[in-house]
Amino acid sequence: MAIDTKPITINVGPQHPSTHGVFRLRVTFDGETVVDVEPVFGYLHRGTEKLAEERSYVQIVTLTDRLDYTSSMTNNQAYVRAVEKLAGLEVPERGMYLRVIGAELQRIASHLVSTGFFLQELGTFVTLLMYCFRDRERILDLFEMLCGARVTVSYMRPGGVFQDAPEDFWPALDVFLNEMPGYIDDLEGLISDNEIVLARTRDVGVLSPEFAIDCSVTGPNLRGSSVHWDLRKADPYEVYDRVDFEVPIGSRGDCFDRYMVRIQEMRQSLRILEQCRDQIPEGPVRTEVPYFIRPPAGDAYAAVEAPRGELGFYLVSERGIAPYRCKIRSPSYMNLTVLRDVLVGWRMADLVIIFGSIDVNMGEVDR
Amino acid sequence: MYGTGLAKGLAVTLKNLVLPSRFFTLHQYPDRRIGLLGLAKMSGTNVVSYTFKNPREAVKSLLGLAVVEDREPRHPRFRGQEFSFYEQRCTGCASCAKYCPLGIIKIVTTRSGDAMQEGEKYGLEVFDIDIGRCMFCGLCVEACPYDALHMGSGFEEGNYQRQELVFDIDRLRRAPKRPSTWFRPQLEARGYDPETDGELGWHDVGRHERPTTEEQAERWARR
Amino acid sequence: MLDFLSVLDFFKDNLPDPLDRLAYPIAGMTLAMIVINAVVMSTALYTWFERRVLGRFQSRRGPNRWGPFGLLQPMADVVKLLAKEDIIPDTADKPAFTIAPILLLVPMFLVFAVIPFGADSFLGRLNVGVLFILGVTGVSTLAIFMAGWASRNKYAMFGAIRAVAMLISYEVPMALAVTGVVVLAGSMSLLGIVGAQSVPYFLVQPLGFFVFMTAAAAEMSRAPFDMIEAESELGGGYITEYAGMKFGILQLAEFMAPLATAAVATVLFLGGTSGFDPIPGQLWFLAKAFALVFLMLWVRATWPRLRVDQIMGFAWKALLPLALLNMFVVAIELVVLQDSDTGAITRGDLWAMAAVNWVIAVVAIVITANVLGQRRLRPETPVPSPLANMAAEAD
Repeated sequence: MAIDTKPITINVGPQHPSTHGVFRLRVTFDGETVVDVEPVFGYLHRGTEKLAEERSYVQIVTLTDRLDYTSSMTNNQAYVRAVEKLAGLEVPERGMYLRVIGAELQRIASHLVSTGFFLQELGTFVTLLMYCFRDRERILDLFEMLCGARVTVSYMRPGGVFQDAPEDFWPALDVFLNEMPGYIDDLEGLISDNEIVLARTRDVGVLSPEFAIDCSVTGPNLRGSSVHWDLRKADPYEVYDRVDFEVPIGSRGDCFDRYMVRIQEMRQSLRILEQCRDQIPEGPVRTEVPYFIRPPAGDAYAAVEAPRGELGFYLVSERGIAPYRCKIRSPSYMNLTVLRDVLVGWRMADLVIIFGSIDVNMGEVDR
Repeated sequence: MYGTGLAKGLAVTLKNLVLPSRFFTLHQYPDRRIGLLGLAKMSGTNVVSYTFKNPREAVKSLLGLAVVEDREPRHPRFRGQEFSFYEQRCTGCASCAKYCPLGIIKIVTTRSGDAMQEGEKYGLEVFDIDIGRCMFCGLCVEACPYDALHMGSGFEEGNYQRQELVFDIDRLRRAPKRPSTWFRPQLEARGYDPETDGELGWHDVGRHERPTTEEQAERWARR
Repeated sequence: MLDFLSVLDFFKDNLPDPLDRLAYPIAGMTLAMIVINAVVMSTALYTWFERRVLGRFQSRRGPNRWGPFGLLQPMADVVKLLAKEDIIPDTADKPAFTIAPILLLVPMFLVFAVIPFGADSFLGRLNVGVLFILGVTGVSTLAIFMAGWASRNKYAMFGAIRAVAMLISYEVPMALAVTGVVVLAGSMSLLGIVGAQSVPYFLVQPLGFFVFMTAAAAEMSRAPFDMIEAESELGGGYITEYAGMKFGILQLAEFMAPLATAAVATVLFLGGTSGFDPIPGQLWFLAKAFALVFLMLWVRATWPRLRVDQIMGFAWKALLPLALLNMFVVAIELVVLQDSDTGAITRGDLWAMAAVNWVIAVVAIVITANVLGQRRLRPETPVPSPLANMAAEAD
């Protein structure tokens, strides 16, 4: 006997503890199953691309900090690479190494944030969130030593890095590199074998590789769906061709695989950091560049592997002190394309988990 | 076997409960509770003599009401609020105002016709920094060619009114001169720490300061 | 000491003559006041303890501003809740809305009334203490549904329905686990069960202890079964419309539940007040209850929560068969080992039962886990609902 049910539409509103920022999802439920999903965003739009048209190339570095606010270093890196391509600037060796050190530290910090919130939504009562943030504090202390600020770093400038690392940075980095593997082991011990986590994330929210490629998904989401694509290996930039690291790939494309990819990426970042620390040469950290650069007319696109995917900046210059157009290709915005197909058919409790595992940052989505 | 993962999780949590190396809340802000033993240790005496000398404090600490200030020290390179501004070095060139991404620095210098003496032509009438909108990016500090403006190292500038957050030139003159070593390699080379070391005068903060006669001669020779 | 009869005698002796007849109710009220106050104060202390210990698990301090070590934090919470406006929705069913929190709280007190805290110290001497406890905790299920229904809020009712479904599913394994204890002890009186535990029953019936603790954790909606709290992420919960002191009473009931469960489990499985001699029985009782409370806190800090269908599946497919198995095994062993004349069980018999039961418990749990686990970890392909095209048409 078929029961006649009526689907209801619930608004998972912009202010919600589990939507990773101000994000609105209009979900249509049939009983407990998700039937349709309509994302509404734009609540954090600050007009970054328009503001960038009125600021000089160095001033825009401070704007890019605030795009994906949990991974400022990689935002800076993508942008200054685009400016260097546009203006034909060379970066000294030491500057490149310092950039990679900053980017990898930021990758660990960003993955800690996303892992912590993902597990908090699973229901571990903020214990894991606290552990992740406690470890992230170490990284933020390192950033404070490097550039005076913890979250919005503005560390990089076109032509290199703005200032060399202080002397007490290197011993602190050593201490961090010694202790961090133990902390990641703790996290894994709490999660990776836990049967409850497995029961809730295994084969939940499966993203097939063909669909992921069709929807321009990048980053750990793509690698969790067993596609071998990491910009650091496919198109190496800066010093990534001189360091030895692996790219973790998932096998099934479910939430658990995406989470495991992030944990393994943290370990690989530690490997890269150790090699950079050993290989870093002496020398200048920044080529001399005037305060207001006027790159020759033209355009350039540069992309880096941000913690959430491929972050790209497309700059068009008309010999002014500000770019004519600055277009930001943000990974979280593209990753949201798959939202409807990966959520439909699952239950209410899975909705939050799957959305957490895609790891969206609204600062990037809305710019 | 099913269940070992759960047991492993319990072991990790227990480790974090018990081991002191995992307990990170070393500093509280702005103050923390202190007991009688802590007070005695801080004043360098033993418990008994401390109780005799300060009975009120001892009783308060036993009731759990005694607090002591506790702020984690920041790194010397911290980009804090409370700018350190050296008027003697400033020429009113307004490079900082031009470089600010938000345009919150307002500089007005005396008009050249008004001042008769040469040294007064670059007098500053208005120098406003609005820290209500400032994002402490430090580009102004980076832009200043004369090392007149430095970032500070405080962060407690909260106020009840937005107008109070605009630092006018009197406030900048009065503010304690503890420059952060952000983008000031000469301060870092000296190992200056804005928290523990004292204030710096305007002679000591510049990049090229009082070259010796030999250095001056060398510079002329290179030209 | 704190026995009803002795207090009654005290009042009968000391009251002047015409008030003699009131000695009975006065004695009862005095003891009830003492017990209620003790329970409420210990619940308040427990909230402080839970927040501090959970904080310490998470590498941070818990409340530490109000009073030494933050001991006045519960006081601050109570003052805050009292000062809030007591909002009752317009369309809500006022009597039911007001009574529901009270109805949730009173059964907890009643549970504490029959627990023996010492050899002579308890309030109500019942022959059927176990039955009383099981019956009275059923009332709190009713109160939860009343709270959700009286709110006249669609989402609150959804949450309440789900909560009630979970709670009644877990009452069955809990009762069956307790039956194992009753069968072995030969009486339903709690004092009798304490007396019969020459070997504590968690050693003799590990499976029963495991089932009881798990089912009790679900009854209290504590981790890993706290889907009621998770409900508030999306669907509201039965406490959505409650504010002010009504919410305070609901929270009080929620925090009193672990204490009550620990007390009952101590009596049934850990041997209650028995212990080595120089330390009084009351302290043994407190120590054992404290150990159980700490175990529940530890689990809460560590494990994530299960999904609704997984919780229900766990109750009916895992816990119920294990509880039945436990009951049958204990009954068979009792028939085999019992002295045919007196019907008594010696200590040696209990240790023999313990040895056999541990083996059976481990084997049973492993088998159940493997059988169920495979099914849980097998891929579940989501079936799109036939209504999935609705959005396309609406566009």
